Amino acid sequence: MASIDIQGVGKSYGAVPVLHEVDLSIQDGEFVVLVGPSGCGKSTLLRMIAGLEGITRGDIRIAGRVVNELAPKDRDIAMVFQSYALYPHMTVRDNMSYSLKLRGTPSERMAQVVNAAAAKLGLESFLDRKPRTLSGGQRQRVAMGRSIVRKPKAFLFDEPLSNLDARLREQMRVEIKKLHRELGTTSIYVTHDQVEAMTLADRIVAMNAGAVQQVGTPLDLYERPTNLFVASFIGSPAINVLDGTLHGDGERRFVALGSGETMPVSDRIQGRDGQAVRVGVRPEDVQVSTRGEGDHTGQIELVEPMGLGTILHIRTVSSALKAFVLERAHYQIGTDVAFSLPAPKLHIFDAQTGQRLPDQAVSP
Amino acid sequence: MTSSARSTPYWILHYGLLALYVAFALFPLYWLLKVSVTPNNLLYSEGIRLWPSRSSLAHYTFVLAHSDFPLFFKNSLIVSGSTAATVTLIAALSGYAMSRFDFRGKMWLVGLMLITQMFPLVMLVAPIFKLFSPLGLTNSLTGLVIVYTAFNVPFATFLMQSFFDGIPKDLEEAAMIDGASRFRAFRQIILPLTLPGIAATLGFVFTAAWSELLFALMLVSKADASTFPVGLLSFVSKFSVDFGQMMAAGILALIPACLFFLLIQRYLVRGLTAGAVKG
Repeated sequence: MASIDIQGVGKSYGAVPVLHEVDLSIQDGEFVVLVGPSGCGKSTLLRMIAGLEGITRGDIRIAGRVVNELAPKDRDIAMVFQSYALYPHMTVRDNMSYSLKLRGTPSERMAQVVNAAAAKLGLESFLDRKPRTLSGGQRQRVAMGRSIVRKPKAFLFDEPLSNLDARLREQMRVEIKKLHRELGTTSIYVTHDQVEAMTLADRIVAMNAGAVQQVGTPLDLYERPTNLFVASFIGSPAINVLDGTLHGDGERRFVALGSGETMPVSDRIQGRDGQAVRVGVRPEDVQVSTRGEGDHTGQIELVEPMGLGTILHIRTVSSALKAFVLERAHYQIGTDVAFSLPAPKLHIFDAQTGQRLPDQAVSP
Repeated sequence: MTSSARSTPYWILHYGLLALYVAFALFPLYWLLKVSVTPNNLLYSEGIRLWPSRSSLAHYTFVLAHSDFPLFFKNSLIVSGSTAATVTLIAALSGYAMSRFDFRGKMWLVGLMLITQMFPLVMLVAPIFKLFSPLGLTNSLTGLVIVYTAFNVPFATFLMQSFFDGIPKDLEEAAMIDGASRFRAFRQIILPLTLPGIAATLGFVFTAAWSELLFALMLVSKADASTFPVGLLSFVSKFSVDFGQMMAAGILALIPACLFFLLIQRYLVRGLTAGAVKG
């Protein structure tokens, strides 16, 4: 186990930068998830930590030691690949013990460790089989088993669940989390699935276009996204975004939407009068009423029942937004509804930069 | 439409055409066999028959016991075997480099290797002879191995490269993270998975060297360093061609090539990478 420090790390292919100055400090035993859309540089960063990609700028330290020039084999980390990367010509047992064999572990000790890991992952009956005879979930387990047999300084996961079906993904997610609680090994996990990120992470690192957007706990990112990208990337169903202009007339602050409708916003929002803004509101924060109780009106355009709740697509004069409601009321397509957008739940971003407007208490 | 749903006439036509093709392709081999067992006195007297009225193995006995053929065979085996082994070793390494590494001048190297494949070999006979004779490499098996190796490495490299390209990079990366050096990952993880490719390359180069005539004829003038294709020509004399013995030698020459393919065929057909990654 070890801490991992990433300082000013960047990567360019020739003149093309793919990763800009990344600073990230990962505590010993922490579970950090790098999340972002494809091509955001998250896998590249992971591969740089593993030593599979060179580092153009900056330093990566594992347990305090700079590893920039160290070969992957000397970094003492384990990695689970998206493709599992099991050695097809070796049995499950040989796959799992390969790293131990390379380290010259005595065979009794090796058998002991592999059996223990197999027991933990429910792989005992597959030890003498070849990977091709296993199902996707079993291969995934073997890949994890291969990582846990030696006690590495850190686990790196590169989208390990994206080849599994939804049910299995959920199950493996839980297993990974349990395993981490049990072993307490520093883990870095790359995914484009924000649900995996939210459920697994101690801290999430949201990345876009080769740059870190925000680092924080899952709820930090969910409740106080630092910019529009993080707001729209985290959360499912996705956040609603409305265009408007920020106004302040003395005491009251409000946002005027394109349609001329206004909505009050927290008076702690720091912004200029007349500033173009984008307002984010999470679907579950939209308060819908069929009895006309609300500041805005619209019509239900589409209903997506999810079991747990229902996603309503509401069309208003100027825009469309989604609302997530828990009650089982039978919403009909075409029904007129009223809704309100509670001021404390609104996320206000600058329309140009996409950055969240600061909302400290107004100084007297 | 599933295969079971296809009608009987379809299958008759299917196998009929296949049989026709196979018969067409194998007929010369059959004729080779037929002539090799036909006694000399029946060869011209019986006209065209599918099988002689009396067959004998006399030609085989003569070729094995009274000609230089066993020596030619040994030479051919040495030359083809060494060439196949050397070329495959070099091609495995260079093909891996081509597949996995980006290095300066890679484009040029590929271009040069392609250029070597564009010339008719006959153009190079004279310069190679001029180069080899002061080095004592004419009339020598080593000389032949060098020439064959040089000519086969480019194609074999491309062949091996395509096999390496088919093996996911993740595998050696996983091995390197597991604690292997790149070379060890290559040797323990990638090479075993490339066995079909290695077998194909071995087979291809072996047969190419086995049947090569031009350089074998030009660079070697003494019988003790002749290979079997050159030896076959010794049955053509000024006044006659000894077809029976020539064909018997031809049949015998097929044996090592057949054995060789029998040996490697299980690697040729085995899809070893199944199950490596998500399938």
